[in-house]
Amino acid sequence: MSSHGITRADLHNVHLPRRRRVNRVMELLAWLAATIAVAALIIVVWSVAKRGAPALNLDLLTKTPVQFALGPVKQGLANAFAGSLVLVLLATVMTVPVGILIAVYLTEYAAPSIRAAVSLALDVLNGVPAIVIAIFVFGLFVVGHGQSGWAGSFALACLMLPLVARSTMEVLLLVPVSLREASLALGVPRWRTTLSIVLPQTLGGIVTGTVLAVARVAGETAPLLFTSSIVGTQVSWSPTHALQSIPVAIYELSESADPADHARAWAAATVLLVFILCTSLAARWLATRGRRRLSTSR
Amino acid sequence: MSAVPAPRLTARRFRAGDAALQLVAGAAALAACVVVALIVWKVVDGSLPSIHAYGIRFVWRVAWNPVLGHELYGAGSFLFGTAVTSLVALLIAAPLAIGVALFLTELAPRFLRGAVTALVETLAAIPSVVIGLWGILVLGPVLRDDVEPALHTALGFIPLFGPASASGSSVFTAIVVLTIMILPIVSSISRELFLGVPRELREGALALGTTRWEMVRGVVLPYARGGIAAAMILGLGRAIGEAIAVSQVMGGVVGIHWSLFSGGDTLGSKIAESYQGGTTKLQVASLIYLGLILLVFSLLMNVAAQWIVRRVARRQGVGTKRGALG
Repeated sequence: MSSHGITRADLHNVHLPRRRRVNRVMELLAWLAATIAVAALIIVVWSVAKRGAPALNLDLLTKTPVQFALGPVKQGLANAFAGSLVLVLLATVMTVPVGILIAVYLTEYAAPSIRAAVSLALDVLNGVPAIVIAIFVFGLFVVGHGQSGWAGSFALACLMLPLVARSTMEVLLLVPVSLREASLALGVPRWRTTLSIVLPQTLGGIVTGTVLAVARVAGETAPLLFTSSIVGTQVSWSPTHALQSIPVAIYELSESADPADHARAWAAATVLLVFILCTSLAARWLATRGRRRLSTSR
Repeated sequence: MSAVPAPRLTARRFRAGDAALQLVAGAAALAACVVVALIVWKVVDGSLPSIHAYGIRFVWRVAWNPVLGHELYGAGSFLFGTAVTSLVALLIAAPLAIGVALFLTELAPRFLRGAVTALVETLAAIPSVVIGLWGILVLGPVLRDDVEPALHTALGFIPLFGPASASGSSVFTAIVVLTIMILPIVSSISRELFLGVPRELREGALALGTTRWEMVRGVVLPYARGGIAAAMILGLGRAIGEAIAVSQVMGGVVGIHWSLFSGGDTLGSKIAESYQGGTTKLQVASLIYLGLILLVFSLLMNVAAQWIVRRVARRQGVGTKRGALG
């Protein structure tokens, strides 16, 4: 009997009760797998929220950490919140124009062989582990110059670029060819067709892709470890120095032995989770809305 | 009089604008390729001192001794830790993920389908540092106090299930954490593959009187086989490259231990732990050498997954063509 494929014996009615039982068992196993996956999510989110919520207060946002605190001192992670904001903002500003341009080049201009080569490069970049990106930026910018917010945001940008380029490319391919042809037939030059006819159609998709990429890199720790992690406790907005960030702060606090540090780690993790879940949901909502609009316009 | 502009003038202006956009966009595409090349160059360049000192034997030597004068580095124990954690995690995650995907495409009632799909995708969005925080402070103690002693008493005669870990940081904790991280990746790709199985094939099998499971086994799984393999490779790549969560829960121990409940380290976690800086040039170069091994792995995984996807696409392309002719 072959390992898969349906044999005559399989279909023979004599075995029907047994076949039904096997079917039932397999269905139960699939239900079980789905239950386990959902349970894993609920357990993780619930344990973070349960421990993080009581530790959430305004001090977390407004106060800075205190080194070598003797006794209970009010401290927060203001420097990490400020740093994360700067790092992610800079990375987004670096990535979005380049990502869009790459997508435009690949869908509107590139010859098939070049398109294949650049797509491969994007795939490879997407597959490079974040910690290797950290080493790369360490070698490129940090050796000899020291850590800085610029280096950290460049490392984040390397992770964002393939995501933004890929999602923009997908929506560009959805724009009907007839729209381009109509514009070209009216005598509009190709570059204007691309910039003022094709790209505006994809705005929703680009925003969705960018929001998803922001949600992804806002929680990334590894790229910042070697590029923007050795920091002071003061709030700093200048990317010329190393900036603290939420993920790195959680990473450091999680390895501490002090329960008060753990409480702050849980609180920061709760903030991070809420941010990421909200942005992902917003992106999902934007995507369904955009898709509906694009399909009705056709 | 005439609304038509002079053709030559406009033609030239058009070309200038086109050339400009093509140039700028092309430069952006080139920049992406340059970044990839720079990554390879910088990682190789940074590890050169260690490559000169130890050569290829670094890859399998089990040693990490940063004491000045007795410095000796090797990737052996980290390679072992990476292989054990990621392979076992994949072994657990793959059947689970395929089960989830089958549930979502074949079984789930309509009202559950959207919700469970969204929840599983949310699992993929949780940052690794948060999963690691949960792993070290919640999961680790539970495994240490309840699960590991139970497994040790029941299956202790197998060397894999040694005495429970003292701290809750162990290879076992890392495996559970990695399983949670790669499950949504494999399941969301598998789900898309199963959705792509032609309706006629499913209906044909069911019309022959198969049960739902026989239809899945005979039609859905063989059809998606190549894609599932690619999804598993992508999941494995993610597990191998994960540094943060693993370094939080694995305890940083050098050496090869067969018990799942002892500490360990992976390539990525060893690098992540050393972020406060290496003491000597050779140590830094050796850390970057670990990164080079990781980079080579990720490139190989990528190429393998792409190759499989392309092969499957070609085969299925031929299949549909033949179907159309017949």
